[in-house]
Amino acid sequence: MSSMSNGTLLYLDNVSVTFDGFRALNALSLVLTPGEMRAVIGPNGAGKTTMMDVITGKTRPNTGDVLFGGSTDLTRLDEPAIAGLGIGRKFQKPTVFEPHTVWDNLLLALAGDRGPRFTLFAKETAEERRKIESILETTRLTDQRNRRSGDLSHGQKQWLEIGMLLAQEPQLLLVDEPVAGMTDSETEQTAVLLREINKTRSVVVVEHDMGFVRALGVKVTVLHEGSVLSEGSIDHVSEDPRVVEVYLGR
Amino acid sequence: MKASALTVFLVMGISVLMVVLNLGTAASSPVHVSTFMVSLAGKYLSYAILALSVDLVWGFVGILTLGHAAFFALGGYAMGMYLMRQIGARGVYANPILPDFMVFLNYKELPWFWYGFNWFGFAMLMAVVVPAILAAVFGYLAFRSRVTGVYLSIITQALTYALLLAFFRNDMGFGGNNGLTDFKELLGFSLSAETTRCGLLVVTAIALSLLYLLARAVTRSRFGKVMIAVRDAESRTRFIGYRPEQYKLVVWVLSAVMAAIGGALYVPQVGIINPGEFAPANSIEAVIWVAVGGRGTLAGPILGAVLVNFGKTILTGALPEVWLFALGALFIVVTLFLPRGLLGLMPVREKGDPPLPADPPTPAESAAKEAVS
Amino acid sequence: MGARPGAQPLDPRRGRLPPSSLLKGVGVLVALFMMCVSARAEPDLSQFASTSFSQIQQGVGSLAASGDPRAGDILAALQAGRLLVGTDKQIYIKTDTGTVSAATGQPTEAPGARPLRVNNNVRVAVDTALGIVRLLSTDPAQRAAAAEAVFHSRDTSAIAVLDKAIAQETVPGIKRTMQEARAASLLGTDGSSDADRLASIAILSNRGDMESRSFMSSIPNPSPPVAAAAGKAIDSIDLWQKVWTVVQGAFYGVSLGSVLLLAAAGLAITFGVMGVINMAHGEMVMLGAYTTFVVQEAIRNYAPGLFGASLFIAVPMAFLVSGVVGVAIERCLIRFLYGRPLETLLATWGLSLVLQQAVRSIFGADNRNVGSPAWMSGAEQVGGVLITNNRLAIIIFAVLVLAALMAVLRYTSLGLRMRAVTQNRRMAAAMGIRTPWVDAMTFGLGSGIAGMAGVALSQIDNVSPNLGQGYIIDSFMVVVFGGVGNLWGTALGALVLGVVNKFLEPIAGAVLGKIVVLVLLIAFIQRRPRGMFPLKGRAVEA
Repeated sequence: MSSMSNGTLLYLDNVSVTFDGFRALNALSLVLTPGEMRAVIGPNGAGKTTMMDVITGKTRPNTGDVLFGGSTDLTRLDEPAIAGLGIGRKFQKPTVFEPHTVWDNLLLALAGDRGPRFTLFAKETAEERRKIESILETTRLTDQRNRRSGDLSHGQKQWLEIGMLLAQEPQLLLVDEPVAGMTDSETEQTAVLLREINKTRSVVVVEHDMGFVRALGVKVTVLHEGSVLSEGSIDHVSEDPRVVEVYLGR
Repeated sequence: MKASALTVFLVMGISVLMVVLNLGTAASSPVHVSTFMVSLAGKYLSYAILALSVDLVWGFVGILTLGHAAFFALGGYAMGMYLMRQIGARGVYANPILPDFMVFLNYKELPWFWYGFNWFGFAMLMAVVVPAILAAVFGYLAFRSRVTGVYLSIITQALTYALLLAFFRNDMGFGGNNGLTDFKELLGFSLSAETTRCGLLVVTAIALSLLYLLARAVTRSRFGKVMIAVRDAESRTRFIGYRPEQYKLVVWVLSAVMAAIGGALYVPQVGIINPGEFAPANSIEAVIWVAVGGRGTLAGPILGAVLVNFGKTILTGALPEVWLFALGALFIVVTLFLPRGLLGLMPVREKGDPPLPADPPTPAESAAKEAVS
Repeated sequence: MGARPGAQPLDPRRGRLPPSSLLKGVGVLVALFMMCVSARAEPDLSQFASTSFSQIQQGVGSLAASGDPRAGDILAALQAGRLLVGTDKQIYIKTDTGTVSAATGQPTEAPGARPLRVNNNVRVAVDTALGIVRLLSTDPAQRAAAAEAVFHSRDTSAIAVLDKAIAQETVPGIKRTMQEARAASLLGTDGSSDADRLASIAILSNRGDMESRSFMSSIPNPSPPVAAAAGKAIDSIDLWQKVWTVVQGAFYGVSLGSVLLLAAAGLAITFGVMGVINMAHGEMVMLGAYTTFVVQEAIRNYAPGLFGASLFIAVPMAFLVSGVVGVAIERCLIRFLYGRPLETLLATWGLSLVLQQAVRSIFGADNRNVGSPAWMSGAEQVGGVLITNNRLAIIIFAVLVLAALMAVLRYTSLGLRMRAVTQNRRMAAAMGIRTPWVDAMTFGLGSGIAGMAGVALSQIDNVSPNLGQGYIIDSFMVVVFGGVGNLWGTALGALVLGVVNKFLEPIAGAVLGKIVVLVLLIAFIQRRPRGMFPLKGRAVEA
C-alpha cells in the first residue's frame, strides 16, 4: 500500500461511506500527484461532496485508505489537524465569517499558530499585513477590505473564500463549485486564478460547468454512484458513452 | 468619550456617589442614600458581573448557558464558608470551630473540605479555583464531544439542577436547606457597619470595571475574532485549522471564574447563601438580563442586570403578583421584538469592537417566510 | 395486614372494639345463636364466677379452646365490660334491653349482678381468645383475619381450634392460612414431634415471608434433622426475598419510568419531531392536573355519583385544554421563532412563568386536593411484591398513551402530514399540505398529551403551580437520552432512567440517587450527543 502511494499527494483507495444503507461512496479510488490540478464532475448524488468530506475529516469512511503525502492517514485525523497539514477547502455554498470584515477574514485564515494562547496576545505584524494586501490584490478585493464580508456580492464571497484558502498556504486546495452563481466574466477570471494557484499548489475542483472545466484544461474524473466512472482528458471523458449516458445526456 | 470609558465612569461614578451620599449626609437629608440602598446597589453590581460572564459565552461564542448561577453560587459558598468560620465562638452554640449548623446536625469535627477557609486568601482562591475546575471538566467533556445548541443548554441546566439537589442535602456539609448565614464580619470589618457596606459596594464596582475591561480586551483581540467566528460559523473554523473546543473551553472557564467572583461579592452584601441560588430559574434570569441589555455588547449585560433587578425590587415590593407576569412578558417581548437588546438599538460602538450577532428575522419576516415555505 | 370491614383490629391498649361495631357484632351473634341454641350443650362458665383473675384467665382460655358457638358472644361481652356475674354465681350478658344468660343466650333476670372484674392479663387473654374463636366464625373475612392473627401470635392454645377450623374450612385460601397458622404454632411449641415440625417447616417454607423465616430460626430445642430442614428453608426464603426485592424494585422503576414517559411523551412530539424547545411543556402538564381538579370540583358539586369516573372525564378534557393552549402558543409565539432554538427556549421559558403565575392567581399558591377514585386506591400482593393500584393504573395509562400516539402518527392523515412536513417541509408544501396548520396541530397534539400526563400526575404528586417545573429537566433528559425524534427511544429511555433511578435509591438514597442519574446522563449526552437511538443520514449531518 505504501509503495503504491509513494510519490502521490493524495491517495484514496477503495473508500466506501454508507449513510443508513445509502452508499454515498462505493469503493472509490483516486490518485493525485503533487502539483496536479484535477477536475471532478458527476451528477447530483455522485458522491463529490462526500469525497471532500472524507478528505477533510468531516466524515469517516466505513472502509478504505485515505493517505496524504504518501504516508499520513487522514482517516485518523479531525478537521483542524487535516487543515493544519495543508489541505484547504472551499465550500459549495460560500461560507465566510459574515460579521467580520474582509480583512479580518483573511487575517483569521493566515497560516500560523491557531492556539488560544497565541491569538490572545497576537498583534498584527507587518509581514501579515503584506500577505493580506497581496491576497486582496489577487482576489480583487482591495477596495472591499473594510467591508463586512456578509455584505459582499455572491461572486465576491466566492473570491474571498478562495483568498482565505490562499492565506492558509495549503499544499492541496479542494474547491467545491467555485463558479456557481458567477457571471461569465467572473467565471473566466476564476479559471485564470485557479491556473495561477496551480503553479505552486495542487488543486481538486468539483464543478458542473463544463465550459469552465474545459477552460481549466486538466485531467477529469467522472464520479457516478460513489465510484469512478471514467477518467482522462475532457475530450476523452465527454466521448465515453457511459459518461454521456449518466451525465452529459445524449 | 469612548463607550468603554463611559461605562467604567458610570459604574464607578454612581457607586462612589452613592457612598458619598450615604456617609456624607445626614439621614434626614433629602439627598441621603440609605445603607439599604447601598447594599442593594452592591447586589445589582454582583448580578452585573454574573450577566457579564453569561454574555461572554452567549454573546461571543454562542453557548446559551442555563447553568451559570452554579458558578456564581459556588463562589458565594466559598465566601460564605469563610464568613462562617469568622463567626467563631460568637455563634448560638458558641463552638469556636464548628459553625452552628454543624453543631445542630451533630457534627463532631470539621469536615476536611472546610479546612483552610478561616484564611481569607485561601477562601478566595477556592472561590475561583473550584468553579474553574468544575467548568474545565464539564467544558472539556462537552466541547470535545461537540455538544452544541440546545443540547448544551439543557445539560448546563441539568448541571446546576444536580448541584441544587446536592446542596439541599444536610450531609453535604454546607448547611443544607438553610445554607450559610448569620455572618458577623469580613476581614475584621463588621458586616452590619455602614462603612463596610459602602466599602463592599466600591469593591464590587471596581471588580466589575476590571472584569469589564478584561472582557473587552479579550473580545477585541485576535482571540476575540476567533470567538466570533466560532459563534457564527463553528464548523468553518475547523476547516481553516482552529479548534473551537479549545476556544470555547478557555472562554467558558474564564466566564465561570467571573461568575464566581460575582457570587463571592454578592454573599457578604445580602448576608446569606443557600441552595436556592443554584435554581435553574436563576441562571435563566441572568440570561434575560443579557438579552435585555444587548447580547454581544459588554456594557449591555451590566445595564440589563441593573435595570431588570431594579424593576424586580420595585415590583416585588409593590405588586408581588405582577412580577412573574412582567418577567415572563419580558422574555417574550425581548426575544420577539428586541433581539439586539437596548444597547443594540443604540449604536454606541468603538472601532475594533467585535461584531454583534447576526440580526434574527423579525416576527413579520419569519411569518412571511413561513407562508412561502 | 390491612384492616377489612368486619375484622376490626383489636387494639390491646384499648382492649375493646368501637361500640357501634360491637353492638352490631353482638346482635348478629345473638341472632345466630337463637337459631341453633337448643341443639347445643351449654358451655362451662364456672371459672368466670371466680374472684381470682388467674381462674378467669383460665376460663377464657378453655372457653376459646372448646370451640363452643357461644364463646365468641361471651368473650366479646367480657371485652366490652358487659359480662355480669350474679349473686347466684351465674354469668349473664348485659344487652341494651336487659340481660341474657351467658350460657344459653336466653333473656333472663339477673338479680344483683355486677360486672365481672378483669385485669390486664385477662384482657390480653380475651383478645387472644377472641382471635381463636373467630376462626370458627361464619364470616369468611373474619376467619381469614383470625387465621392471620393466630399466625402472627403463634398461640399454642389455638391448635385444637385450628384443627377443628381446618376440618370444616371450605375456602382454599383461608384453609391455607389456617394451616400456616397451625404450623407456626406447632413449631413454636416446645416438645412437638419432629414429624410435625418437619411438616410445619415445609408449610412455612412455602409461605416464604420474613415472619416465617423468623419462626424457623427460633424453634425451641430443634433436633438435628429439624434444624437442617429449617436451615435449608431459611436459605430458600432468603433467596426468594432477594428475588422479590429485585422484582419490587423493578416494579417501582417501571412505575417511575411510566411517569417519566408520560411527562416526556408530549415533548417527544414538540421537541423530538418538531424540534421546538418548549420550556413551558411542564406547564402544559400542570394545566392538565388543574383541569382534573376543576373536573372533580364540578362533579362533587353537581354529580357526586360520577366521582369514580372523574378521571375518565378529566383525560379528554385535559387533552383539550392543554391542546388548545398549545395551539394558541404555537400560533402566537413559536411560529415566529422557527429555526431559532435558543430564542424559542427563552421565550417559552417566559411563557412558563406567565402560565405559572396565572394559575397561581386563579387557584392560589397552595396545593389543590385532587382525589383518587376508589378503584385507584388499595394494593395487591403478588407473591412478595406489593403492587399499588394507582401505580399500576399509571403504567397502563402510559402504555395506552404511547400506543395511541404511535397510532396517530402512523395511521391518521394528520400523522402522515406531520411526518411529511418534518421530513421535507418544502416538498410537503408543494404537495399542497398546509404546513402552518400541520405545525399548529402537531404542537397541539404534543401539548394535549402533556395535559393527559397531568391527569396521571395529579394522582401521585402535589397539584400546585410548580408541578410542571419538577418534570421539565427530566423530560428533556428522557427525550435526548432516548434519541430525539424516536418515540420508541423515548419509551425505552424513560424506562431505563426510571429503573436505574429506583435501583440507585436504596444504595445512594433518593436525592443522591437522582444526582447520580443526572451526572450519568450529562456524561452520556457528552459521549453520545444524539442519544441511544440516533437518527442517521445525510439530513442529520447538515
